[in-house]
Amino acid sequence: MSDTTLPSSAELPLLIERSTFSPIYTLVGTVIVFAFFTAAPWILAASWVSVLSNFFVLLIMATMWNLLAGYAGMVSIGQQGFVGLGAYATLYFAIKGMSPFVAIPFAVLACAIIAYPITYLLFRLRGGYFAVATWVIADSAMLLILTVALLGGGTGKYLPGLTNLSPSELDHDTYLATWFVAFIVLVATYFILRSRLGLVLSSLRDNETAARSSGAKVTSTRRLIYVIAGAGCGAAGSVLAISQPFVQPGNAFSLNWAAEMLFASMIGGMGTIEGPIIGCIIFFVLQQSLQNLGAWYLIIFGAVAVVIAIWQPRGIWGLIRDTTHFELLPVGYRVSASSLGTRRRPSRDVN
Amino acid sequence: MSSDTTDSPSAPTLLSVDHLTVFHGQLCAVDDVSLSVGAGEVLTIIGANGAGKSTLLRTIAGLHRPASGTVTFEGEDITHQAAHQRVRVGISLVPEGRRLFASLTLEENLLVGAHRAAEGPFDLARVYELFPWMKDRRRGKVFQFSGGEQQAVAIGRALVANPKVLMLDEVSLGLAPIVIETIYEVIPDIVSHGIGVLLVEQDVSQGLRVATRVHCLLEGKTSLVGTPDSLSAEEIEHAYFGADLPDNATQVQPS
Amino acid sequence: MTWANILIQGALIGGFYALFACGLSLMFGVMKVINLAHGDIAVVAAYSAVFLVPKLHVAQLWAFVVIVPLFALIGYVVQRTLLQKAIDRDPFTTLLVTFGLSVVIENLLLEIYSANGQSVNIGELVAKSWQVNSVIYVSYVSLVVLGTAVLVLGALQIFLSRTSSGRLIRAVSDDREAAQLCGANYKHVFGVAAAIAFATVALAGIAFGISTEFDPTAGGINLLYAFEAVVIGGIGSLWGTLVGGILLGVAQQFGAHFNLEYQTLAGNALFLIVLAIRPQGLFGRKVSLNE
Repeated sequence: MSDTTLPSSAELPLLIERSTFSPIYTLVGTVIVFAFFTAAPWILAASWVSVLSNFFVLLIMATMWNLLAGYAGMVSIGQQGFVGLGAYATLYFAIKGMSPFVAIPFAVLACAIIAYPITYLLFRLRGGYFAVATWVIADSAMLLILTVALLGGGTGKYLPGLTNLSPSELDHDTYLATWFVAFIVLVATYFILRSRLGLVLSSLRDNETAARSSGAKVTSTRRLIYVIAGAGCGAAGSVLAISQPFVQPGNAFSLNWAAEMLFASMIGGMGTIEGPIIGCIIFFVLQQSLQNLGAWYLIIFGAVAVVIAIWQPRGIWGLIRDTTHFELLPVGYRVSASSLGTRRRPSRDVN
Repeated sequence: MSSDTTDSPSAPTLLSVDHLTVFHGQLCAVDDVSLSVGAGEVLTIIGANGAGKSTLLRTIAGLHRPASGTVTFEGEDITHQAAHQRVRVGISLVPEGRRLFASLTLEENLLVGAHRAAEGPFDLARVYELFPWMKDRRRGKVFQFSGGEQQAVAIGRALVANPKVLMLDEVSLGLAPIVIETIYEVIPDIVSHGIGVLLVEQDVSQGLRVATRVHCLLEGKTSLVGTPDSLSAEEIEHAYFGADLPDNATQVQPS
Repeated sequence: MTWANILIQGALIGGFYALFACGLSLMFGVMKVINLAHGDIAVVAAYSAVFLVPKLHVAQLWAFVVIVPLFALIGYVVQRTLLQKAIDRDPFTTLLVTFGLSVVIENLLLEIYSANGQSVNIGELVAKSWQVNSVIYVSYVSLVVLGTAVLVLGALQIFLSRTSSGRLIRAVSDDREAAQLCGANYKHVFGVAAAIAFATVALAGIAFGISTEFDPTAGGINLLYAFEAVVIGGIGSLWGTLVGGILLGVAQQFGAHFNLEYQTLAGNALFLIVLAIRPQGLFGRKVSLNE
């Protein structure tokens, strides 16, 4: 990562310009993709629809983890905490009589409200400390849920409020819910990264010290991103609960969620919107083709992620982009190549 | 190597650098520089902030990889040796900012410096002679020491390895003039053992006072070489600021 | 008397956490690496004791003699290859790589040995305990583990402060570049530190396998406890790690006294409180010269 990013714009008199890919193509492409996946239950076989449903759940998580780590530099291994909380918030609202589908936005809001105060503790920490602390918090959240009898304790509970739907209706609605949530998450991430927030994030990623000293609102930006990522993973947990629809702590809070979202981002390429999409596709191809071989898909996926992190840290999408200069969803700010022609920077810390 | 007479040491050559070019990312920090250091002489490298002096020293020490060019020590090509191997060959660098081991005592800092020491005149006792105040404070934690004291420990830590070439990077930086004096007082003693000294100094007058020869860098390139007596103040000023070098006349900000 | 029992049981289990934690603390101190696979390495050591050692036809207790040096060697090799490559990139990569290793190891163990519980069988000794009074029982095994922890920590302390190799390790953890300029091959020093860390965590893993039943997923919780012990005690202080482990153990026993479900939660709470109030830990020092 660091070897490919240029020095922070705050230090260099380079020309910074927005990517110039025509927004018309992006818009037309988005409409086509949206129409296709919305119509998918009528087009594709039922087994495919259920695979796609799982795919979108993971895509939401990976996109959120990528926003958190790939853009804002916060390595969390505790996002499964928000997945679990999202699932249990949905269960809670459903027990209280709300339709699980209606409960999704409320579960998301609940996760955002929980994420906010957590930042005041977490942001005292950096790097590995931050990472393990997120895990401790996720573990604590699970242990707290275990003590609540209403929510089924350690054994879990069926999500009520879905019995009035026939199995095929349920599959159908579940798919659409996961797809709509995934679509909203992707579009929202795209606009976040195109906004001023995205500029702060890219300066933060390039050089945190410089970004701080240049007056970028670093902490409030990081806080906002953490809350968004918490809410997003909560949304994933909420639709996960509906698709299961049995909510059980060991599954909802499973560390495997963290592993899958992390590996998918790493393999696809962190710091790009496209990366997690590619990573999730690879994950599902691997999982489907190795589904009779137990945990081997995760072993291979993890091993590939380790290899990529060391030897190809920009991931598969980074490799494609470096060789073709092609961007599907341009959000970045580009540094004009002509201004790199000068032989040296003005007096800096070379000596 | 350049055949310019003033570029060759009078004594047998220990270290020679030929056409060395080093990049920092996109930036060419050292550009085709050649120099050599002989036994018992002091080569002072002067230049403005950002001229590439520290990068040159760090490359010789093995902390940076050059893009091209060679570093030769006693006839052996050491361009591809790791930093720790070069210490065993006989090159020691006192890095800019001193870089002492903060959680170690003074004596422990020296012991780490000596752990791969070659045969030679310097050991802990000899360093304590050079800086008599050290002996009583050898069990003190170095982070409590003053800047001048820390600089002395850094020099001692490099000396106990018994280098044949000692490189000193900005030893006077941030120190009071009186403290700088006491640091520079030890250089004749070091040189008297036949050790070649390669000195980087931003304080030109201080650097010239101890120099056998002078090498001036401007924007990574050699802008002047000579002996202190043969060079006029005007020549040095031009080489330092680049005033009369139209190619490089812009951007230099001496500090 | 119940309170005395909470303190005693907490302290005994704390010794166990400290034994787990000292390798984690060493690797963080020297390489600035938080090895997220630390707990899983302990579990691998425990599985080695169960499945590998019987094949050698020696008594189970000899597992230590075989496995601990083997893990030291593995530690050196893993550090010099995979971890060094990650460190050469950045701390971010290092975290991701150790997390990836952790998941890979855990799932490999699941595939090879299934999710069934195992334990290192040392015969009747494991159940024996010393009855102090009607409430307090002190298990021999946990007493031996606490003693081992104290011995290991003491030996490490002496090694680091008195020997020239230990001095070099401290120098490299202060400033690896300056250590290179003193002729030290910092990568080798990293390897040595990792070897020590792996050896101690193997020791902890076998002790763990003797005292409880375990399965492949036990690594995560072991890492969590070890990390909590290190942070509560303070990075860079070995005796702090012991105190941190004991405080964690006592907090857990305290929580368990009210409800067994609160055991881990009480430890997590203590950890989060220490992080909030004193992030450098109770005995952590902040020595900085060059920054």
